[in-house]
Amino acid sequence: MKSVSTAVVTLAILLAGTTVAGAHAFLERADPRVGSTVRTPPAQVRLWFTEPLEPAFSSVQVVNETGQRVDKGDPHVDPATPRLLRISLQPLAPGTYKVIWRVLSVDAHVTEGDFTFRVTR
Amino acid sequence: MTLRTLLAGCACILVLAVSVRPASAHGFVGKRFFPATLVIDDPFVADELSLPTVSYIKTPDGKETDFEFEFSKRITANFGVSVNETLIRLIAPGQTPRTGFGNLEMGGKYQFILSEVHETILSLGLDAEIGGTGRKAVGADSFSTFTPALFYGKGFGDLPEPVSFLRPLAVTGVLGVALPTKAKSVTVTDDDSEIERHPHVLQWGFAIEYSIPYLQSVVKDVGLPAPFNRMIPVIELSFQTPLDRGQGGKTTGTVNPGIIWAGQFFQIGLEAIIPINDRSGKNVGVIGQLHFFLDDLFPKIFGRPLFGGGA
Repeated sequence: MKSVSTAVVTLAILLAGTTVAGAHAFLERADPRVGSTVRTPPAQVRLWFTEPLEPAFSSVQVVNETGQRVDKGDPHVDPATPRLLRISLQPLAPGTYKVIWRVLSVDAHVTEGDFTFRVTR
Repeated sequence: MTLRTLLAGCACILVLAVSVRPASAHGFVGKRFFPATLVIDDPFVADELSLPTVSYIKTPDGKETDFEFEFSKRITANFGVSVNETLIRLIAPGQTPRTGFGNLEMGGKYQFILSEVHETILSLGLDAEIGGTGRKAVGADSFSTFTPALFYGKGFGDLPEPVSFLRPLAVTGVLGVALPTKAKSVTVTDDDSEIERHPHVLQWGFAIEYSIPYLQSVVKDVGLPAPFNRMIPVIELSFQTPLDRGQGGKTTGTVNPGIIWAGQFFQIGLEAIIPINDRSGKNVGVIGQLHFFLDDLFPKIFGRPLFGGGA
């Protein structure tokens, strides 16, 4: 049993001394919120992730129920907050919209996802 | 088998092989993250370390505590290997406690179907328990056992809108046959001999999980704060059904309800071990696991497969 404990401690020390970097970027929260219904059409979609993003390889788009894009085509990672991805929207009519994102965290792990939100009068 | 059938089979395999997309490291299929389950081996090849998996259960033979370690490494984007060892401590009534390692286990796994749209994965694996590498006093067999198996995983993110609250559900499972290299063992005492038969055993089971992270990031943000926003309630069902050698159909198994918390670099799981019948035991046990995502922790060392790249 003592040898097992020694092995575990040794491994922990070895691992602790090795380079540690980021991880997969999970969507932490969004504005508008995932699955939400809003009365005021948002001017932009903002996505906060759990890890800093690689701006050149992180993107988002927003489409309406017929699949037409309703964003302004300007997705960008916020320079001051590298975990924040945002995109501007065209004026939205009442309806259901889908946010589709795909991001690369700074340690080169790709994650992707989508969600919807609704705009009502 | 006709030549046409053979050619058709080869063509199907070729189409499947060509359609395989490299997996994105541990447990991801499209937008779905599958956690590593504690009892049922999941269908993914990955760079991961389970250290330790600790279980405790009281059986009619005594109290058993296991300390298990497993290391997995991707060789290519879709093929990986693993090595597993368990330190076993047995305390039987009226006997001196026994401690020792079980047999060394090694395995290989190949992901041959991966559908991001349908959150589906299929893998084939072969596990080898190397006989004679463990201590006989804690139950390690003197012979080897090989277990080919089919692994599967399916997320339900493609369910229709009216039942969108079920989209965070996913199932993973395994179906395999343990093939011992020895049919029976004979133990000879002074005035008697005892024969122990080693049947082929169907090993099957599945895990049903409901992902809170999936609920909040894909379906509806219900506002659950940390640590609940990273929790995945799970129930695992694991069964062993002997197929022959006088023990056919005598299924044993456990039901294991619990919780997995999956963070950025590691996950923690805790489950109860509930025997399904008297043959499987009469007492409830417990299993816990600390599981590291090595590709996230040490991307320069474990961030990629040995060959072929891929994240």
